[in-house]
Amino acid sequence: MLAEVGQFALILAFVISLVQAAVPLVGAHRGDPVLMALGRAAALLQAGFVATAFVCLAASYVACDFSVALVAQHSNTAQPLPYRIAATWGSHEGSMLLWVLILSVYGGAVARFGGTLRESLQARVLGVQGLIGAMFLGFILFTSNPFLRLTPVPLEGTELNPLLQDPGLVSHPPLLYLGYVGFSVAFAFAVAALIEGRVDAAWARWVRPWVLAAWIPLTAGITLGSLWAYYELGWGGWWFWDPVENASLMPWLLGTALLHSALVLERRGALVSWTILLAILTFSLSLIGTFLVRSGILTSVHSFAVDPERGVYILGIIAATTGAALALYAWRAPALKTGALFAPVSREGGVTLNNLVLVVLAATVFFGTFSPVFIEILRGDKISVGPPYYARTFAPLAVPLLLLVVLGPMANWKRDRLDAIFRRVRIPAAIAGAVLLIALIAGGWRTLVAVAGLGLAAWLVAGAAAIPARRWWAGRANLGRSIRTTPTAVFGLALAHAGLGLLTLGVTGVTAWHQDTVLNMQPGQSVAFAGRTVALQSVEMVQGPNYQARQARFEVKGAGGTYSLIGARRAYATSQTTEAAIHVTPLGNLYISVGDEADGGVVVRMWSHPLIMWIWCGGFLMAFGGLVSLSDRRLRLGVAARAPAPVMVPAAAE
Amino acid sequence: MRRLLFLAPVLLLVPVLAGFGVGLRHDPSILPSQLIGKPLPAFSLPPLSPDRTGLATADLAGEPVLLNVFASWCVACRVEHPTLMRLKDQGVKIAGLDWKDEAADGAGWLGQNGDPYALTGNDRTGRAGIDLGVSGVPETFVIDRRGQVRYRQVGPITPEVWAQTIGPLMAKLRAES
Repeated sequence: MLAEVGQFALILAFVISLVQAAVPLVGAHRGDPVLMALGRAAALLQAGFVATAFVCLAASYVACDFSVALVAQHSNTAQPLPYRIAATWGSHEGSMLLWVLILSVYGGAVARFGGTLRESLQARVLGVQGLIGAMFLGFILFTSNPFLRLTPVPLEGTELNPLLQDPGLVSHPPLLYLGYVGFSVAFAFAVAALIEGRVDAAWARWVRPWVLAAWIPLTAGITLGSLWAYYELGWGGWWFWDPVENASLMPWLLGTALLHSALVLERRGALVSWTILLAILTFSLSLIGTFLVRSGILTSVHSFAVDPERGVYILGIIAATTGAALALYAWRAPALKTGALFAPVSREGGVTLNNLVLVVLAATVFFGTFSPVFIEILRGDKISVGPPYYARTFAPLAVPLLLLVVLGPMANWKRDRLDAIFRRVRIPAAIAGAVLLIALIAGGWRTLVAVAGLGLAAWLVAGAAAIPARRWWAGRANLGRSIRTTPTAVFGLALAHAGLGLLTLGVTGVTAWHQDTVLNMQPGQSVAFAGRTVALQSVEMVQGPNYQARQARFEVKGAGGTYSLIGARRAYATSQTTEAAIHVTPLGNLYISVGDEADGGVVVRMWSHPLIMWIWCGGFLMAFGGLVSLSDRRLRLGVAARAPAPVMVPAAAE
Repeated sequence: MRRLLFLAPVLLLVPVLAGFGVGLRHDPSILPSQLIGKPLPAFSLPPLSPDRTGLATADLAGEPVLLNVFASWCVACRVEHPTLMRLKDQGVKIAGLDWKDEAADGAGWLGQNGDPYALTGNDRTGRAGIDLGVSGVPETFVIDRRGQVRYRQVGPITPEVWAQTIGPLMAKLRAES
């Protein structure tokens, strides 16, 4: 019964989305307020019906209704309740439904809270959102229906992929989707502006918080994904340059560029058509990221839902949205008013440079991810692009960008002088120089890359701290007042840039100093590893709720005292997972993963990961900085209650 | 000129989408073997039990033969097994390579399910498998009468795979002199 209700709600949502795609656009064209109001009603109704469908699917999972094929394929009664709920978006069909749910809720938010927008602009935004919604609801209904029934009804279901049964993965896809889909709002605004043929201050004031609201969960989601891969996959790595990871990194890079260019547009009215182009491309890459990677076009270690048939449909959607938007751009953008002029050395100039590097970085990742597809078509060769490619292309471009990050916020708007900017950063430069010198003396020339990385991290963190500090120094006569009047967005900026510094610190540490070893250990045996003594105390079999585990207990003696660690290899009904034993400290992690039994002992792989936790701290701090920035009152004018605040409190996750 | 700049994104999109479109028709899991058109790497493997023959590279020349990599612990091999038995009855010569498996387990498995192989060798350490570039079991190599690898099948030989690819290829190889 529930499944039929959900199915019916989904069909209604589809029909309403068709109305939403047509009526408000016509209404805006004719200037008809009734038709435009109909668009708002349609957006709210669509959100309601999609939410109904989603709740029906989730309830089917909770009730273990195995007569629904999807439920039978992705959950069973032994699975704990939170994972049964999470299984709602653990499958292709369910994740599509979540995607459309977020899309329609955002659309509803634009309809409900967009009262301060010019009515025709709001109507056009809703129309574009309706078009996207209609395409994806059609995709769900015609190719990936989540409510198909199964006869005969099985007594027990198959399990959700055990790798996905983890708290990190329960929240990872929704966060990523909040980000991906959030960029659809910026996309809809960009297309609406192109249709209108004008970009004004109201447009810019609206777009920036939306971009920020998408960027925050995307940043947190990528960080969480990296953290999950680290502790759950048992390979001891934090980033693998896998297509699925790259797929989230590309919209992040462009979204970061968009965030900065939208700021310039808001404050100075410059970079108009560039911002529109970025908004279109960011959402297009989000679409490519969510779907194309999963369509079987590329092999990936974690594509959980693969089907080439659906890939063709998705490709059609991408061609339609991106193609139409870019064609519209080619037609209408040249006529847009170009904004205020600025000198090359200025805050705007810095953002332009930042944008160029970020776009080239995204292009680098795009090329690395998709070149195997093109090379196979052209030459028939199978190639794979791995970390060496990115080490040679991504890293050399990223380092100059990191140097620039500190200079940008120190520059004045409109025009500035290089010597004046450099004078403003002399304290961060001195701190970074001191760190560089100490590291060089301690480490010597042979660790030059690590030394440079530490200096860069210090430069970023000190430079971030300098942003509010400079303000307060200028107002030191009345320090209390100048602290109180500092806009929250300034703190957000400083936190996000400091997060980048922590990320640099972590990447440097783990890249330069990691160690690993593989050995066969007998119970009772102990080995020396990375300044610690690791003893295998016992190996035993343990029964979990829906798995059996071979559990190994270690005792570690090192500089940080003595502690015990437990690592396990879990056998679920259909597959195995590794639960790594990880000892986390700010200075570095010890990571032990237990393998198969061999010759009376077990295969043990150990890694030492210096400073690695700062990678995730940095990522979460960036997201937190975005959140702080979003809470700025100036941003909330007219855009109340849209921050996705309840989804995350990233503060001090390890 | 300025117009062209604005036109560039949509023009660039066309080849990218075309590439994706063609790319979707390719199955990325098909792995061509480096060995195609080359002679089999040299190996000489002990038999599964004293009453059987072993398996060496030299045994796999003279007539077209299938070299099937299997293991007693492999579930998909059980799926493939009936097809191999039928092929044996049709007179197809199949050699078995028992990969990363104890000889006794492999022999027991064949004793229980039936033995489709004319020759079997035990690759306990997986060394010969590495030389062959085996990525998993089951996997099958089609060898021509000169002892060269002509085709590699990853995953089980199903009746469809036999009817569509391997069967016609074997017929062609038999016709070659």
